[in-house]
Amino acid sequence: MTHTAQEYKKGQPRWCPGCGDHFFLASLHKAMAEIGIDPHNNAVISGIGCSSRLPHYMATYGMNTIHGRAAAIATGCKVANPDLEVWQVSGDGDGLAIGGNHFIHANRRNININIILLNNRIYGLTKGQYSPTSPRGFVSKSSPYGTVEDPFRPAELCFGARGHFFARAVATDAAGTVDILKAAQQHKGTAVCEILQNCVIFNNGTHDSVYSKEGRAKNAIYLEHGKPMIFGENNEFGIMQEGFGLKVVKIGENGITTDDLLVHDAHCEDNTLQLKLAMMEGPDFPIALGVIRDVEAPTYDESVYQQIEDIKTKKPYHSFAELLETNDIWTIE
Amino acid sequence: MTEGLNITNLHDVVVLFAGDSGDGMQLAGNIFSTVSATAGNSISTFPNYPADIRAPQGSLTGVSGFQVHIGAEQVYTPGDLCDVLVAMNAAALKTQYCHAKPNATIIIDTDSFQAADLKKAAFATDDYLGEMGIDPDRVISCRLTQMVKDALADSGMDQKAMMKCRNMFALGLVCWLFDRDLNTVFNFLREKFSKKPAIAKANIKVVQAGYDYGHNTHSAAANVHRIESKHKVPGRYMDITGNKATAYGLIAAAEKAGLKLYLGSYPITPATDILHELSKHKSLGVVTVQCEDEIAGCASAVGASFAGALAVTSTSGPGICLKSEAMNLAVIMELPIVVIDVQRGGPATGLPTKSEQTDLLQVLFGRNGESPMPVIAATSPTDCFDAAYDACKIALENMTPVVLMTDAYIANGSGAFRLPELSKYPAIKPPYVPEELKGTWTPYQRNENGVRYWAVPGREGFEHILGGLEKDSQTGVISTNPENHNLMTKLRQQKVDNISVPDVEVLGDKDDAELLIVGFGGTFGHLHAAMDEMREQGKKVALAHFKYINPLPKNTGEVLKKYDKVVVAEQNMGQFAAYLRMKIDAFVPYQFNEVKGQPFIVKELVEAFTKIIQ
Repeated sequence: MTHTAQEYKKGQPRWCPGCGDHFFLASLHKAMAEIGIDPHNNAVISGIGCSSRLPHYMATYGMNTIHGRAAAIATGCKVANPDLEVWQVSGDGDGLAIGGNHFIHANRRNININIILLNNRIYGLTKGQYSPTSPRGFVSKSSPYGTVEDPFRPAELCFGARGHFFARAVATDAAGTVDILKAAQQHKGTAVCEILQNCVIFNNGTHDSVYSKEGRAKNAIYLEHGKPMIFGENNEFGIMQEGFGLKVVKIGENGITTDDLLVHDAHCEDNTLQLKLAMMEGPDFPIALGVIRDVEAPTYDESVYQQIEDIKTKKPYHSFAELLETNDIWTIE
Repeated sequence: MTEGLNITNLHDVVVLFAGDSGDGMQLAGNIFSTVSATAGNSISTFPNYPADIRAPQGSLTGVSGFQVHIGAEQVYTPGDLCDVLVAMNAAALKTQYCHAKPNATIIIDTDSFQAADLKKAAFATDDYLGEMGIDPDRVISCRLTQMVKDALADSGMDQKAMMKCRNMFALGLVCWLFDRDLNTVFNFLREKFSKKPAIAKANIKVVQAGYDYGHNTHSAAANVHRIESKHKVPGRYMDITGNKATAYGLIAAAEKAGLKLYLGSYPITPATDILHELSKHKSLGVVTVQCEDEIAGCASAVGASFAGALAVTSTSGPGICLKSEAMNLAVIMELPIVVIDVQRGGPATGLPTKSEQTDLLQVLFGRNGESPMPVIAATSPTDCFDAAYDACKIALENMTPVVLMTDAYIANGSGAFRLPELSKYPAIKPPYVPEELKGTWTPYQRNENGVRYWAVPGREGFEHILGGLEKDSQTGVISTNPENHNLMTKLRQQKVDNISVPDVEVLGDKDDAELLIVGFGGTFGHLHAAMDEMREQGKKVALAHFKYINPLPKNTGEVLKKYDKVVVAEQNMGQFAAYLRMKIDAFVPYQFNEVKGQPFIVKELVEAFTKIIQ
């Protein structure tokens, strides 16, 4: 059955003009239409925050729940009905501050849900406090003299929790966003998609280096499984391994050819190099976009039902009445 | 076999098995209660665990007890004080003797009353009986450990394995004392150790040795007692703890409703056995998720409910604090979940293994906003089954979270459970949105009972978004309209108020009682026993015990106002009394409040209640 983006749309978004959420929402509608799962078989579950308003603009099933708990609620939803395609939508505060525990445990369990992490490095709904992804020294209403703490880097947290899928896109890059959403849906297990997005009011310009197409050409690299790592306005740069780290090289200089470059392996079980790629940042390195890690592993929900099927064949009782009979019973005449 | 013995018929008897927490007292007590129930006796049990993770062997804090009350007629409590105390070591005697009647028979293993044992148990001299003021004529002193070793001498077992059988010697001795059929014990052991026949054989041998010891030396101390059952309700029975009965009630309700059972939980004493029990029954399709925390336990249940399951979360008081937020989400989204609170001593970590009724106001009111929620309080271990079934039915049919309260005492205690026939239980019919409403339906559209329809994801044409923000009653979209919020608040309240629950029954002298005793939940047995005792003394007393807390039964006001004197007795500082005073105009009861972490003592209740009417 084919669908159009229109079939997944509902209502009139209330975000600020220019907010990254608008861009992402359009990409999600488009990705869902291309994926083709009927609206009634999708559940979009968010927590609280600006971006967590998103389910209200979906013509699917969904919930806009409570702050931080979206991953736990999505987990229950998926385990109870594995036939549903479950999308969790959270901001950086919802997903990584108050919801940090649920985020890491969803990744550890590898429940088959798609976690969208809309990262604008700020609390927008409460009007401008620093978030767990704000850089050290960040000045905000709650840190007028700059923060004195280091941020989480979502990929590091995901990998540290044994995550098997991590992808990144910039909200303004519709094609890149749709690509990773489709890959996330295809991936069996917890799939984390970090969306870099701007908050025009409280953190304007936070992702400026990659927000425009030109910026991404210069400052980002699109990783594709099986392809050499090439980037730059004229595809003149590449990434090579150097010792325990990575380095940016200019193709053609010092005799370096594309054959010398790292070839992306998203399916590699060992996440060491994938983590290094995910952690790259300017000005010395490009920001990695696309699917950085995509490794198959048993999913929690499938394993739960597999176990149920296995035990059903081993245990002799399959109804409440039969369960009662498994006890020591005596009869009083 | 009882030839020449003096057999006394008793009305009821209380046996307390006490020993080190590694001595297997729970198992010995459990077998004894099962064997007695099999003989048709009424039973009530109370396991009393130490709170220590693993107290040093033989120490005062490491004593574990299992109290069994068996009766010819209905017994309502595990008994205040015991008739027989089995003390497997010096520490058990030291700490548990206070629970023995003045004329109780004491069974001790003299092998574990050696100098080092006495020192650990803080005895000053080796005259431990003298120190405790115990009449030696009432004591069966035996070299229990040595006799176990002798019995198993040719078994090839090592010392450590042999020591694990000591509890069975005590069991055998108690079985002799009460003329129990050993074949039932042997069958139980063969079943329990079906995969370890050598262990079963050794245990059986030691039980027999204990029994024979009593039989051969009976002139020494005690008579054999027999408890004949008087009122047998025919049927098939099993022994069940409150936690297991709760789990069974959930399974039964899910099957009746035709729904998948989902439990999201986090281990917490004394509720964990519900998680353990449900985790076993995968062949029934039960899904249990041990979550990362209490919050996720409840939140995942909300997610599972949205997806169409019978969703449950189980916990104790500290967990309720953490679940409140997601419980509130279920209130405003009007999704069915069952929240089980096995109450323990508080506040904070409090007394994790002990029992209280101190969560009542928390479950009724401990959430932000106007957050009405039905509350049911199970009254006995076996009643946990019906209470859990009811909680599920009310939740599913009224699209609301429901709190099922039990407590450590009834959760761990057990009773003889007449096997229920599911076909005789009422149907459970969730208000699924009718297909003909497709196209016009909105998420907060209600049926004739004011209940929101349930549209489970996967149904085409009923896609909708729920959430924690207030919604417009008509369109279901986010609304901050003042009139709408006022209306929605009232609709949620009315929905809960309209739930029909059975009238509260008045037991005892319902027409002319001088005193009405009022209680709720797990204290039913003790309050009933107190009433019985007072009536035997010729006093006119009645009992109104509440299981349905919110909404209260319709006849509550009428019952409470009918009697001149009413006492509300509860294991907290007066929470139920305060709630009743809030709900019933001009109701001013006497109060009996105690928070010791232990069950009420019937004698103390009788004394306190008698004072009120003197």
